[in-house]
Amino acid sequence: MTTTITSEYDGCGAGSSEQPVPRPAFLAVYMLLGIAFGFVLSRSEVISWFRIQEMFRLHSFRMYGIIGSAVVTAAISVALIKRLGIRSIGGERISIPAKELGSGIRYAAGGTIFGLGWALTGACPGPLVALIGNGVSVMIASLISALFGTWVYGWMRPKFPH
Amino acid sequence: MTAWLYREWPWYVAGPLIGLFVPALLLVGNKVFGISGNLSHLCAAIAPGKLDFFRYDWRKAGLWNLVFLAGVLIGGFLAFHGGPPQTIAISAETRAALARLGIHDFSGVAPHELFTWHALLTLRGFVLVVIGGFLVGFGTAYAAGCTSGHAISGLANFELPSLIAVIGFFAGGLAATYFILPYVLGGL
Repeated sequence: MTTTITSEYDGCGAGSSEQPVPRPAFLAVYMLLGIAFGFVLSRSEVISWFRIQEMFRLHSFRMYGIIGSAVVTAAISVALIKRLGIRSIGGERISIPAKELGSGIRYAAGGTIFGLGWALTGACPGPLVALIGNGVSVMIASLISALFGTWVYGWMRPKFPH
Repeated sequence: MTAWLYREWPWYVAGPLIGLFVPALLLVGNKVFGISGNLSHLCAAIAPGKLDFFRYDWRKAGLWNLVFLAGVLIGGFLAFHGGPPQTIAISAETRAALARLGIHDFSGVAPHELFTWHALLTLRGFVLVVIGGFLVGFGTAYAAGCTSGHAISGLANFELPSLIAVIGFFAGGLAATYFILPYVLGGL
């Protein structure tokens, strides 16, 4: 396992690693979708440290309503895509690679560690970047620290249970 | 004409809009919505070292996602500069709880007393911004996903690993809110 040159990376979008680099026209579409996503994150206030505090203190239904209705919308969409066998614009069969459960420890421990950081910074990775666009420039330091955190995980990975 | 874009969005508008990014990315290029993978892609691009975890073709695996993330930065900029300043109308209870922790300025998306370069030089600013950021990066890499990849994409696909991760997100968030924040904000 240590001598392989294929990736050990298995995070978000890992199943896409066999796909070629997208053509510029497609990259432009991803850019536009990202702009829309950054705008939606900002105006829906999910990038706000205040909203995250309100959520973890169970003082408002708002964040739970947002996350819950996002999941329901996505679940219905995914079910329809699977049921109807819809292909992507490029003609690929759409598939979401299932995550390997293993012992489950990585999800429980990693998830909890991320949760600590989510409440402290008031931002998950998308909002972290959107906040920089919103003029909270100190989040550049937070983003660099997050990159360092990811790097440290990559470095110490063999020492942790998965 | 665009004033409606800048009113406070109700949850039942914001949530479904966020959820629609999952089918949008699948339909455009069979891509799974998830932001935190970008942290790994950036490590792979900038400083893979000799670490197997970062030795993969980040252009193939993640260029699309890095471009998406660049868009998120621009989208945040447009949201901020295109309309009136946002004041976050949090509940009176939350306001009171945060006031007890010494937060008095409720303007803007994040408290000015904590999230400025100046505040970064204080212990509480450093803990929130730098230690918090580190935990976000480390935790999402260990859990192989964040709010987008696990809570939205994963739960929408009925994946058990994602459910475990999301329970962890909230366990960690509650612990930080009730056991760490009072010390970090109160005593320093």
